[in-house]
Amino acid sequence: MSKSNLTRRGLLKTSAVAGAGVALPTIFTASSAAAYMNEPTGGSVTLGFNVPQTGPYADEGNDELLAQKLAVEHLNGEGDGGCLKTFTSNALQGNGILGKKVEFVTGDTQTKSDAARASAKSMIEKDGAIMINGGSSSGVAIAVQGLCQEAGVIFMAGLTHSNDTTGKDKKANGFRHFFNGYMSGAALAPVLEKEYGKDRRAYHLTADYTWGWTQQESIAAATEAVGWETVNNVLTPLASTDFSSYITPVLNSGADVLVLNHYGGNMVNSLTNAIQFGLLDKEVNGKDFKIVVPLYSELMAAGAGANIKGVFGSMNWNWQLQDEGTKAFVQSFGEKYGKPPSNSAQTCYAQTLLYADACERAGTFNPCGVSEALEGFEFDGLGNGPTLYRADDHQCFKDVLVVKGAENPTNAYDTLEIVEITPRAQVEYAPDHPMFAGGDLGTCNPGA
Amino acid sequence: MDAFLIQILNGLDKGSAYALIALGLTLIFGTLGVVNFAHGALFMIGAFCAVTLQRIFKLSFVTEDPTQQDFLGNPLKVETPYVMDWFGPEVGAGIIEWSVPLAILFCIPVMIGVGFAMERGLIKHFYKRPHADQILVTFGLAIVLQEIIKYFFGANPIPTPAPASLNGVVNLGAIIGMDIVYPLWRVIYFCFSALIIGGIFAFLQFTTFGMVVRAGMADRETVGLLGINIDRKFTIMFGIAAAVAGLAGVMYTPINPPNYHMGMDFLVLSFVVVVVGGMGSLPGAVLAGFLLGILESFASTTWATTTIPGINQVIIYLVAIIVLLTRPRGLLGRKGVMED
Repeated sequence: MSKSNLTRRGLLKTSAVAGAGVALPTIFTASSAAAYMNEPTGGSVTLGFNVPQTGPYADEGNDELLAQKLAVEHLNGEGDGGCLKTFTSNALQGNGILGKKVEFVTGDTQTKSDAARASAKSMIEKDGAIMINGGSSSGVAIAVQGLCQEAGVIFMAGLTHSNDTTGKDKKANGFRHFFNGYMSGAALAPVLEKEYGKDRRAYHLTADYTWGWTQQESIAAATEAVGWETVNNVLTPLASTDFSSYITPVLNSGADVLVLNHYGGNMVNSLTNAIQFGLLDKEVNGKDFKIVVPLYSELMAAGAGANIKGVFGSMNWNWQLQDEGTKAFVQSFGEKYGKPPSNSAQTCYAQTLLYADACERAGTFNPCGVSEALEGFEFDGLGNGPTLYRADDHQCFKDVLVVKGAENPTNAYDTLEIVEITPRAQVEYAPDHPMFAGGDLGTCNPGA
Repeated sequence: MDAFLIQILNGLDKGSAYALIALGLTLIFGTLGVVNFAHGALFMIGAFCAVTLQRIFKLSFVTEDPTQQDFLGNPLKVETPYVMDWFGPEVGAGIIEWSVPLAILFCIPVMIGVGFAMERGLIKHFYKRPHADQILVTFGLAIVLQEIIKYFFGANPIPTPAPASLNGVVNLGAIIGMDIVYPLWRVIYFCFSALIIGGIFAFLQFTTFGMVVRAGMADRETVGLLGINIDRKFTIMFGIAAAVAGLAGVMYTPINPPNYHMGMDFLVLSFVVVVVGGMGSLPGAVLAGFLLGILESFASTTWATTTIPGINQVIIYLVAIIVLLTRPRGLLGRKGVMED
């Protein structure tokens, strides 16, 4: 009769050792198989397009999505090639990215930070998206950029204009092609000075969130630098629909310029209300009253209708530009969809091509390699003239457009006219500029 | 003093929309006992009646102009509205320009039809269900309606201006030697609202139909026992309430370009107005609508937001709490309504 020496403690020890032994190869397999997050293993690579498909910016999101789909077509060698023909980097050959066919999945940001993070997370974790692109809000962009940094994928921002995106909230995995509030101020202020003079008193109405705050700060600083006085800045809730209560105090403030730091529906309503109250027909301090909308989009202009006539603002890009990159993109987009692209569509298209190009030049999809390829990258031919992706903060530097509402529009798309193409040198700033202080780019995260 | 009076006007103007929507909500609640969360959607559909009529008037035939080019370099396609072709450029342009006032006539039958369809097709099945069920189904209906509108009209606001002659400003203080400049269309909106509210009260007060409805609101069962088909009359009242919300929406389009979400923007505030005014009380709804409009207007002034930051965002709810603590039935609420 044999006696077993098995004790409870012994059994636990043996189980632990056996468990570790079984698990060990799996751990090694996981780390050796995936050198970075969502490394493509088959014949295709998946990009994640995270745009507002519902909610107030759904039309803008739809335009972004059209451009992203067009970019995928061009990357895969379909269609007319678009900007692949004009892009000064010749790395893209129309055979996908690094020989892999480009596929995409889409997410709906709903223009809500939590929803945008959830949709980006789902695309990364469930669909294996290796890059996230798109969006129409700075709040969303900052939230998704943070998520991509944690997850270890590249974030190529869509429309985001807050200084914070590449300022205090910048991340090593995040890249912004779109311009920002500081650049709007630097481009607009000299034109406003030329048009309206040095001795002006400005009243700001500002959307109460990150984009509004940084744009107001930028515009106030730039206009004060040319001699304007900022009379007041009133923060308005994002959910505001009727701005009459905010407009009427302007009438008795002594201001002769109203600056609307509003975007989307807020801007359409505040501008409409300001026009209703006859501000543009008023004379204050011996001068004609003026309204400025620092950030324009084509859809906002369409929503505001005739109210934007003669009102100055700025844009990242406009389909009326005559450079080769713009012409190629507008032709391609227009032929396919029957309308000119918006500036948010253009930024998403350019970002998708820039990401693909960086992968080709880096020879890898590894976010750290891609990031290195994008940092300090100088290029042309995507529609904004010579452009630099600055390494310090991952912000693109390029010409900025000063525009105004068309006086005599001839068709539905003829809503804005280009007043000036402000050269890149005029909108550049030091990486440690106080308006962008407080953040840390950190190091790239490859995930896995 | 001028600034004070202008804020009063702003409040009356905001209150006009609140009062009209709350009036319709109260009519439906008072007659049918239904808490209709789709009422904001009716306001939105009314606004889109104006957009639809404007689009109908702008229906165009296309000709190519070889002397001009579109953005792709092709000959420009010039759209000429049929009304301009049929009635001449000036009359045609005038018809398009007056599409919002003309939409009042277009909106009434459309909204009564929408109201009937909504009541007969869906809401009548929930009369005897708990209020929570009614809220869920009507809220769901509101979302469905706004998604339908978004599908056909997009998410972007659509400019729907008032006729140029009604689009300027008017100095309301000229008679008393003050400078109270106010947008003409907003003055018209206030007067229009007052007219509709007066009309509804007169209809309920001075017509036999109104008398029966009021009797039904007080004691539905007894009126039914007298052989009167009160359900049918209440269905008509639902249609009328829908038309009132629709008219409020039509007239609101020049104030802010309509979008599919505008109903939701007003819905919660209008419910607060109904609760503050007193559930089921028509005068309460109107009084609370204007009162809260004025309070909201003053809370948005620079002085108020500097003194108490954020007051503009919470004032209405703050007042609602105070009113409900001191007068649980609301300002003019009746005993027994929603208390069983």
